[in-house]
Amino acid sequence: MGNVPTTVKHCLSYEQIIQDYPWLKRWLLEEKTNTGHEFPEFVKIVEVGPRDGLQNEKEIVPTGVKIQLIDMLSGTGLPVIEATSFVSSKWVPQMADHTDVLRGIQRAPHVRYPVLTPNMQGFQDAVAAGATEVAVFGSASETFSKKNINCSIDESMVRFKEVINTAKERQIPVRGYVSCALGCPHEGYIEPSKVSEVAKSLYELGCYEISLGDTIGVGTPGSMFKMLQSVMKEVPTNALAVHCHDTYGQALPNILTALQMGVCVVDSAVAGLGGCPYAQGSSGNVSTEDVLYMLHGMGIETGVNLAKVIEAGDFICNALHRETNSKVAKARGRTL
Amino acid sequence: MAAVMRLVYRSSLSSAMGQKYVAFSSTAKVKAADVRAGQALPEKVKIVEVGPRDGLQNEKTMVPTETKINLIDMLSASGLPVIEATSFVSPKWVPQMADQVEVMKGIDRKPGVSYPVLTPNLKGFQAAIKAGALEVAIFGAASELFSKKNINCSVDESLQRFDEVMKAAKEAGVPVRGYVSCVLGCPYEGKVAPEKVAHVAKRLYSMGCYEISLGDTIGVGTPGSMSKMLEVVSREVPVNALAVHCHDTYGQALANILVALQMGISVVDSSVAGLGGCPYAQGASGNVATEDVVYMLHGLGIQTGVDLSKLMDAGAFICRTLNRKTNSKVAQATCKL
Repeated sequence: MGNVPTTVKHCLSYEQIIQDYPWLKRWLLEEKTNTGHEFPEFVKIVEVGPRDGLQNEKEIVPTGVKIQLIDMLSGTGLPVIEATSFVSSKWVPQMADHTDVLRGIQRAPHVRYPVLTPNMQGFQDAVAAGATEVAVFGSASETFSKKNINCSIDESMVRFKEVINTAKERQIPVRGYVSCALGCPHEGYIEPSKVSEVAKSLYELGCYEISLGDTIGVGTPGSMFKMLQSVMKEVPTNALAVHCHDTYGQALPNILTALQMGVCVVDSAVAGLGGCPYAQGSSGNVSTEDVLYMLHGMGIETGVNLAKVIEAGDFICNALHRETNSKVAKARGRTL
Repeated sequence: MAAVMRLVYRSSLSSAMGQKYVAFSSTAKVKAADVRAGQALPEKVKIVEVGPRDGLQNEKTMVPTETKINLIDMLSASGLPVIEATSFVSPKWVPQMADQVEVMKGIDRKPGVSYPVLTPNLKGFQAAIKAGALEVAIFGAASELFSKKNINCSVDESLQRFDEVMKAAKEAGVPVRGYVSCVLGCPYEGKVAPEKVAHVAKRLYSMGCYEISLGDTIGVGTPGSMSKMLEVVSREVPVNALAVHCHDTYGQALANILVALQMGISVVDSSVAGLGGCPYAQGASGNVATEDVVYMLHGLGIQTGVDLSKLMDAGAFICRTLNRKTNSKVAQATCKL
């Protein structure tokens, strides 16, 4: 509490407060004995299946199927569904139909449909297609930034500043992603301070929420804890989200750790769509179904109907001719 | 302190001051979170490898004796401290374990490593001792229906049967490990009361079992039910005599294990390559994969004594032989980077 004026320090002193409000001691004792404050009461799930998931699936999905998937997800209670990405179709052919998808979906009230916009061109196309929320993504690894979007972290921030400022003018909220938060396929270990630096930049530029992504799924509760500890010094916890990949099976314990630290926004993909481009044949995104199962089992509210998500997952897996990556969906489908 | 901050925020303050308090509140929250998320994890965790028994028992393909012996020898070389070798149950019920004596006699016992075997009754116990077993295990269920359907008697009756085994084990100076199944749910009864689990665990402990392994037999548990159950059980059995045996059928195993560690548990059962499906959810997975558990523990700075790459070799070996894909995500990811 070094930078706080003495008068405020005086107000903040515990003893002074107890003197001023004598009933407080009893209230605090009640608060202490009240178990269950360890986890958030409500967790917002950000469904990234239609974008991050499909983007990493080899089979090109017809526009009609994408729209149907999003419409099914809209009926599950999910509050946020990342619909598509306004990136050049040269780089991501799966997202070539971004405008048709955004125009074709039936937007449910109370559901948000953010879209990725890597630059001004993408942003303008997105707005023209009716986008009401966008997302930008930075990396905590220089090498990953250069290989993935062909520029340094600093250069990418300049690009995003343009997008964010324009978005602000039009009152379009912007979500920020930080990739490689727990490890990079090229650089290996990533310093938590680097993650906080990038997260802070995005937050200060104007992103309302920063999603910290374990892009290659190498993180464990140990590294998740250290990274969040560092980031929470720069960005308020209620503006943070975790985007865990399950490539090494660590996603759920990592999410649990984040929840214990006060994070209450979790990204996931229905049916665990999307593999890992850096570990061929391995899984990528954590399954929304498995996350929901855990959260509901812990008494945490999400507003989402698990059975309906499983249905949406079944639908897209049939369309993709692949098995689900969700253990819950697998188990539920074949019980006694 | 976090509570004090919240209260001060709520009382009349200017918005500028309010913002400062929100910031302090989150710092205070992090401090409190420190306590839960970062602290109180054991320095060392003992892994009890159940692949050769619990794993193989639930695999459809019959595994030749030689393969079983090779697997156990490879696991011994990986640094695992305990490897459940086989089960002295009647081959009529569990044909996979019919070669129990040959396996027991054929393995290369590494000094310092334990090779417990399952002994469902006195006959099995005697056969196990004859074959050279130095540690045995018995099992009870926390669900009456499961007990009746699985071993054809009530929970109390099953514990009485084990009395004879316990007596004989004490006389022979052989340590006994106790298993409790269905601790977080039963395929027939559904929810299982933590008090029932505590009752069975306490019985086994007071009968003389040195350790009680609490099994989420159908993998339905979550960190919520796991912590509630452990809270109740640890009132009856000291936490250093408890182990968790989580199934990954619903993908919850590692999260459940993490919560157990936070509550002081330092013994974890797992199965190499996640061997063994779930007989109650066809096609679904069963045991949690040892590789994935070790990856998590090492990432947390917890010592296990296990060499992950040697462990993965053993997993790759048994999967090749069984002609199946590994259930371990770490194994899947690592071999293709």
